[in-house]
Amino acid sequence: MRDVITSMRLFVLTILVCSVAYPVAILGFAELMAPQSRQGSLLRDSAGTVVGSRLLAQSFTQPRYFWPRPSAVDYNASATGGSNLSPTNPVLAERARQSIERLSPGAGELVPADLVSASGSGMDPHITLAAAILQLPRVAAARNLSQQQVESVVRGHTDAPTIVSLGGEPLVNVLELNLALDQLTQQSADNNP
Amino acid sequence: MLEVIIPALIIATSIALAWPLGRYMRWAMDPAGPGTGRLSFERVAVGVLGPKAEHTQHWKRYCLSMLSFNLLMFVFVYLVLTTQQWLPLNPENKGPLEPSLAFNTAASFTSNTNLQHYSGEVSLSYFSQLFALMWLQFVSAATGIAAVTALSRGLAGHAQLGNFYQDLTRATTLVLLPLATIWAVLMVLLGMPMTLEGAAVATTLEGATQTIARGPVAAFVAIKQLGTNGGGFFGPNSTHPFENPTFWTNVLSNVAILLIPMATVWMFGRITHRLRHAGVLFGVMLTLYLCFVACASLLESQPTAAFDGLPVASAMNLEGKELRFGPTAGATWAVSTTATSNGSVNAMHDSLNPLTGLLPMAGMWLNVVFGGVGVGLINLLIFVITAVFLAGMMVGRTPEYLTRKVETKEMKLALIALLAHPLFILGGTAVFAATPWGTETLNNPGSHGLSEIIYEFSSAAANNGSGFEGLGDNTVPWNVSTGLIMLLGRFIPIIAPLAIVGSLAAKRATPETAGTFRTDTLLFGVVLMGAVLIVGALLFLPLAMLGPIAEQLSIR
Repeated sequence: MRDVITSMRLFVLTILVCSVAYPVAILGFAELMAPQSRQGSLLRDSAGTVVGSRLLAQSFTQPRYFWPRPSAVDYNASATGGSNLSPTNPVLAERARQSIERLSPGAGELVPADLVSASGSGMDPHITLAAAILQLPRVAAARNLSQQQVESVVRGHTDAPTIVSLGGEPLVNVLELNLALDQLTQQSADNNP
Repeated sequence: MLEVIIPALIIATSIALAWPLGRYMRWAMDPAGPGTGRLSFERVAVGVLGPKAEHTQHWKRYCLSMLSFNLLMFVFVYLVLTTQQWLPLNPENKGPLEPSLAFNTAASFTSNTNLQHYSGEVSLSYFSQLFALMWLQFVSAATGIAAVTALSRGLAGHAQLGNFYQDLTRATTLVLLPLATIWAVLMVLLGMPMTLEGAAVATTLEGATQTIARGPVAAFVAIKQLGTNGGGFFGPNSTHPFENPTFWTNVLSNVAILLIPMATVWMFGRITHRLRHAGVLFGVMLTLYLCFVACASLLESQPTAAFDGLPVASAMNLEGKELRFGPTAGATWAVSTTATSNGSVNAMHDSLNPLTGLLPMAGMWLNVVFGGVGVGLINLLIFVITAVFLAGMMVGRTPEYLTRKVETKEMKLALIALLAHPLFILGGTAVFAATPWGTETLNNPGSHGLSEIIYEFSSAAANNGSGFEGLGDNTVPWNVSTGLIMLLGRFIPIIAPLAIVGSLAAKRATPETAGTFRTDTLLFGVVLMGAVLIVGALLFLPLAMLGPIAEQLSIR
C-alpha cells in the first residue's frame, strides 16, 4: 500500500518535470531562437500564402516543374510513410518500370536510382543533382527557356553542403528549385510583356 | 570516403562522450561520498516522495517498488489513450484508440519497446504524445537505469540494492533530463519543429492542398533517442524530415542512440570498482557492433535486386531511404538501433537488401550489443554468468563471479532469463506463420513475408520497437500477443538478474587467489564472445535460413 502512495507521488513529480517543465522550456527556447523553423520551415509566396515546407516534398506532375522522388503515400504530409516493399517483391520492379516510363529518358540514358526509389517517409524534399540534370530538357522545353538558363538555376540551388564537402553527391531541394524557376519565368514575363 | 566518415564520426563521438558520461552517471546514480549538493538533492527527493523513499531495499522490495510504479505507468497511459478525445491539446480532434491498440501501445511504451501499431500524426493528440508517451519515454528509460544501478550495487557486494524511488528520481532528473534538454536545444537550432499549433495547410505550386502535420517534435525526439525508446512522433519515425531534417540531426540522433548504453558499462565498472572488467565487456560489445556496422554498410551499398534489367544507374539500395543523411547512414543506424534496443529507424528496414535485413534481426536476437538503457548490460551479465559457469565446468572448479560462487540456483535463474527470449520469438513466429493471424497481414510475398513475422516477434521480445513496417500489425491478435510479449520480455530479464545478485550478495566472498578465473582479461572476453555467439547461433540460425538467407538465394 505504501508502494502505491509513493508511486503516486513519484508520478506527480516526474510528470511535472518531464511533461510540463521540459516541453515548456524547449517551446520557449524555440520561440526565442528559431521562430520560423519551429513552425515547420514553411515557405510562402509573395502574397504570403503558405506553399509548402522547405523540408517536405510535394506532388509535381506538370512538365514545367522538376519532379521529386516517388512517394508511397502520394506526398500526404498528414499520413506519411514508405513503400515497405522488399527487393524481391515484383510490385517494386513494376513500380520502378512505370516511374522510368513517365520520366522517358533518352535512348541509352540511365535514370538515377533516387528517381525510381520511394523514400522512407514518402516526403524526401531532395533529389540528386544527376536526377535534376536528367529532367532539364523537359523543364526547359515546357518553359521556353534554354537548357543553360535552367541549369544555372539548378546549380544555384544545390543543397546538403556537409555531404558535398565530404565528397558526396550534391542534392537539390525540389520545392525551392521550382519556386525559383517560377520567379524567373515571372520576371521574364514582366520584362517582355 | 563519405561511406567511412559517417559511421566513423558517429561511433567515435559516442565512444568519446560515453567515458565522461559514465563518470557523471556514477556520481548521479550512486553518490559515494557526502557532497553538499548531492545531499540536499536527496533530502528534497525524500521530502517529495515520502518515507518509503528513505530506506535502502533488499532485491525483493526493490522489484516490488519497480513493479508498483510500472503498473501505474501502464494504467495511466492506457486511460489517456482511450480518453484523449476529452483531454486538452487536441487541435486536430483525434478520437480514442481502440482498446487492443491502446493496450499494445501502453505495454509498448511502459516496457521501453516503443513498437508502434499506430501512426503518431494520424492517431494521437499532442496531450497523448507529451503526457502519455513522452512521459513514459523518460520513466521507462529511468527504470532501466535504476535496475542496472541496483544490479551493480549487488555485484559490488551489497545485499541492500538501494531505493527504487530514489534511483528513478535520480535517473530522470539528473541523467535523462539534462541530456534531453541539450539534445532538444540542438535539434531546434538545426530546424526541427517545436510547436503546439495544429496542422498547417499549404497550397502547392500546382494548386493542390497539402495538410502538414507538425507538433512538439524536438522535445519528443531528444528523449526518444537518448532513452533507447525509439517511438517516433510521426509514423515513419526518423525518416520523416520533421523528425530528422538534416545530415547533422541524423549524426546527433545516432550518437544519442548509442550514448547511454555505452556509458552504462563504465558506470557499472565504477560502482563495482571493476573498471578493467567493464573494459572487457565494452570491448566485446564494441567488436560485435563494429562487425555488424561494416557488414551492413557493405551489403547495403549494393543496388536493390528489384532494378535488375531496368535502365537505372547503378547505385546503393535507395528504396526506403532519405538522401540527406548520406550513403552509409541507413546501415549504421539500422545496426545501432537494433543492437541497443532503441528501435527508431532512419530507413525502412522492410526494404533493406535481404542479407542486410538479417543484421538488425541478429542484433535483436543477441540483444546484448550495448542493448537498451540499463537492460542491455543486464542481458550481457546473464551471458557473463553463463560464460563463467562454462569456464568453471571446463577446469573443474566451482565457478565464481566477482568473488561470489555461482551455483545451481543462480544458473537456473540465468537460464530462465536466457531462454524466455528465444521462446517468445520462436513460439510466436510458429503460431503466426501457421495461422491467418500472421499470413493475412503480410505486405511482401515469399520468404520476406516470413521475415516480417520473425522481425515483429524479435522486436517485441527484445523490447526494440522497430519493424518490417509493411506488416499490417494493427489487428487484435498482433496487438495482444506482442503486447504480452513486450511486458514479459521486459520484466523477466530485469527481475531474474536482480534475484541472482540478491542471491550472490548473500554469500560470503571468497578471496581471489592465483587459481581464480579472472574476468578482466582478453581470454575472458573471448570466452564471453563465444558464449554469446554460440548460444545465439544455436537458437536462431534456422530462422535466419528460412527468412533472409532463403530470400537472398531466391534472387537470380
